[in-house]
Amino acid sequence: MSTNVTIHHGEEINNSTGVSHKKLLMWTFLGSDVMFFGTFIATFMAYRNKSLNGPYPEDTLNIPITSVSTFVLLMSSLGIVLALHYLKEAKMGLAKFWLLLVIIMGIIFIGFQIYEFSHFAHMGMTPQVNLFGSTFFTLTSLHGAHVSLGILWLIFLLINEHRGNLNSGNAIDLEIAGLYWHFVDIVWIVIFALLYLITANDGVPPGSIPWIGGH
Amino acid sequence: MSSIAKPKQFQLPRIFPRPKSHKGLWYWLATVDHKKIGTMYGLVAFFWFLVGGIEALLIRLQLGQAESSILSPEVYNQMFTMHGTTMVFLVVMPLSAAFFNWIVPLQIGARDVAFPRLNALSLWVFIFGTILMNISWFVGGAPNGGWFGYPPNSSLGFNPGNGITYWVMGLNILGVASIAAGLNFIVTIINMRAPGMHMMKMPVFTWMTLITSVLIVLALPILAVAGIQLTADRIYGTNFFNSEAGGDPIFWQHIFWLFGHPEVYILILPAMGIVSEVLPTFSRKPLFGYTAIVFAGIVIGFMGWFVWSHHMFTVGLGPAANTAFTITTMLIAIPTGVKIFNWISTLWGGSIKLNTSMLFSIGFIAMFTIGGLSGVTHAASPSDAQQQDTYYIVAHFHYVLFGGSIFAIFSGIYYWWPKFTGWLLDEKLGKINFVLMFIGFNLQFGPMHWLGLNGMPRRIYTYTEDMGWEDSNLAATLGGLIIAISVLVFLGNIILSKRKKQNSGGDPWDARTLEWSIASPPPHYNFVQIPKVKHIDDWWYRKYPELLEGNNQNIKKQKIEVEDSSNVDESKIHMPDLSYYPLIIGVGLTIAALGVMYTYALVTIGLIMVFWGSIGWSTEPVNEDSKEHH
Repeated sequence: MSTNVTIHHGEEINNSTGVSHKKLLMWTFLGSDVMFFGTFIATFMAYRNKSLNGPYPEDTLNIPITSVSTFVLLMSSLGIVLALHYLKEAKMGLAKFWLLLVIIMGIIFIGFQIYEFSHFAHMGMTPQVNLFGSTFFTLTSLHGAHVSLGILWLIFLLINEHRGNLNSGNAIDLEIAGLYWHFVDIVWIVIFALLYLITANDGVPPGSIPWIGGH
Repeated sequence: MSSIAKPKQFQLPRIFPRPKSHKGLWYWLATVDHKKIGTMYGLVAFFWFLVGGIEALLIRLQLGQAESSILSPEVYNQMFTMHGTTMVFLVVMPLSAAFFNWIVPLQIGARDVAFPRLNALSLWVFIFGTILMNISWFVGGAPNGGWFGYPPNSSLGFNPGNGITYWVMGLNILGVASIAAGLNFIVTIINMRAPGMHMMKMPVFTWMTLITSVLIVLALPILAVAGIQLTADRIYGTNFFNSEAGGDPIFWQHIFWLFGHPEVYILILPAMGIVSEVLPTFSRKPLFGYTAIVFAGIVIGFMGWFVWSHHMFTVGLGPAANTAFTITTMLIAIPTGVKIFNWISTLWGGSIKLNTSMLFSIGFIAMFTIGGLSGVTHAASPSDAQQQDTYYIVAHFHYVLFGGSIFAIFSGIYYWWPKFTGWLLDEKLGKINFVLMFIGFNLQFGPMHWLGLNGMPRRIYTYTEDMGWEDSNLAATLGGLIIAISVLVFLGNIILSKRKKQNSGGDPWDARTLEWSIASPPPHYNFVQIPKVKHIDDWWYRKYPELLEGNNQNIKKQKIEVEDSSNVDESKIHMPDLSYYPLIIGVGLTIAALGVMYTYALVTIGLIMVFWGSIGWSTEPVNEDSKEHH
């Protein structure tokens, strides 16, 4: 995450693959993070349709609203590609503009998530209420934590860009943050497909108590 | 490097000045040198080895005779839980990490790991994680759910104290440390090999470190998820393992062992790496079947993911699952057997030197083979149905983890000690250490085989006289005491040898790999000249080039000395500066973890420290002196 361009010890002499240490670290970390999200997603799928009482997905999930926030998050991936592109070409104005836009889109996504969570809580869906609540909230909130961390990181990079510490010479620092950002977006595609699109119509499992709404 | 003139780099205002002195406590708290970090890993892990050993002794004293009452049932549960957890996460993993840190950069011809400050972070997070987990002893009882923590026994309803929560939080903190270290070593090994050292010319210990690190970064996140789910159940009332809400305790078993079985290979692969260095050195022969050993390691690392349900044969998963996991478990014996035959073939026809390190390695082969064979007997699910939860299982995994990992670690300590310190450990005391440990080990764990087959269950705090288990248990307890004496002999050996300080020189064993081509202890930058590598065991063939031409008769050692680092202009070698931010992040994470159990105020303080540490870390230059030059 270092944003300065001092020489890393040994980086010049010892670099067996030609890929920078930082980039290799990020790819390896993402491999590790796949297992993290993978286990939560597996938990969600294992407990799908296992809740004993409501609210169930068909009572709560709102596909149109979440589609909007999904679209915003996916567009932010395009934004960070452009931010990196202009940074490499040393077009600093455009680079800063796009990075700022990515940050704003990330914040919009988190805003939607906060709205969604409070809306769910208001209708009585909490992490404690049933298995759907437990698995849904842990997975989506940890994804939200990843996005929030990414936003903080990008703000840090934007400040450095503004002060001139991040420029075409060390664009690799933005590239690595971009790898992370794309990964978090891709995870959201999986979550949106599994948690929203596929489960949205899940009703009352056989033998469970129908939900009558409210408290 | 940028050619654009840069404005002054932003830096956080410092509360303490950046440490400069290379002496004293402050240096050890702020060091980023992989050798110092390795030493601290070793010392802290050895301390926990003694603690875990005392826990084991108390268990053995309690079981030494029928119906004794040295430990109450409650304390006994805490004792076996903490013994298992300590030995796995606080001893074998960090002792392996100590060797990774010390040896890997030296073996691949690098000046440090790829991310020295991340390395320091792993160390501090590890140290505070061990403390966090053991605080539980003093605040209402240690964890008591076994090292596997099965719900519902570990759920709030059955286990209302804070012990289990400490256990989970401790494991998650330790997981952060392990993952960070794993990432670091993957990048180091892939990217920082000396020129000419292709992957298939790397020393086997480095190879096993790479495979272990891959397993760590893939397996530990699974444990983290299991831990988060159990913590959420206990603290926030979620339903992951709550059967009243439809949650399934068996699901915990699946994810725990999906982590837990790769974990077994995380514990044994570094040991296999150590043995693969020691055997060729003291047989004065190349390792037999280098390629086969490397690929066997890769296959073990891969197949380790497909055997987890053999821990669950008696759960009732059905004949299809039990058969499938029986087959995969038996298959994994093949690559393991390949390694054992290769090690024996390495010894075959060699000029064997039976010093302490070699004895421990040969002991490893024998004990690990016994443990492996008993493992094959419960790979078969019908026979496992008889053995599950008996002392036969305890015997099995102690033969692979004590007779395997710990023997190999002692072998490694005796082998690399002169590299660490510049002086030799006493051979006579070393051999006494080995003989006592070997006898004590077999006396303790051998009888457990028949105890288990006679039906003595694990995790019972006592038994009645009429069971006929007394003699074997007494023998096991005596064995435990003999092991304790052997560890005291080892500590005595260090103290006496330190007094003698018999100078070892850089290459006391006439060894094979690059770490022996430099002075002992190595200078902080390791290599004056980064070596250019041509062969596997490059240092050996630099000393004996005639061997490459197939000439085995009358070989003369070339007059080649280890690298002289006494007259080196150190200002030309830029090493990373000291940093206290890793320590701050480590403290912050631990405070935050404590806060999860007690109050959000602590979480906030912890996260602020983590944030402060991260910003400080990323804005301070790696190397203050060199920034003007580049």
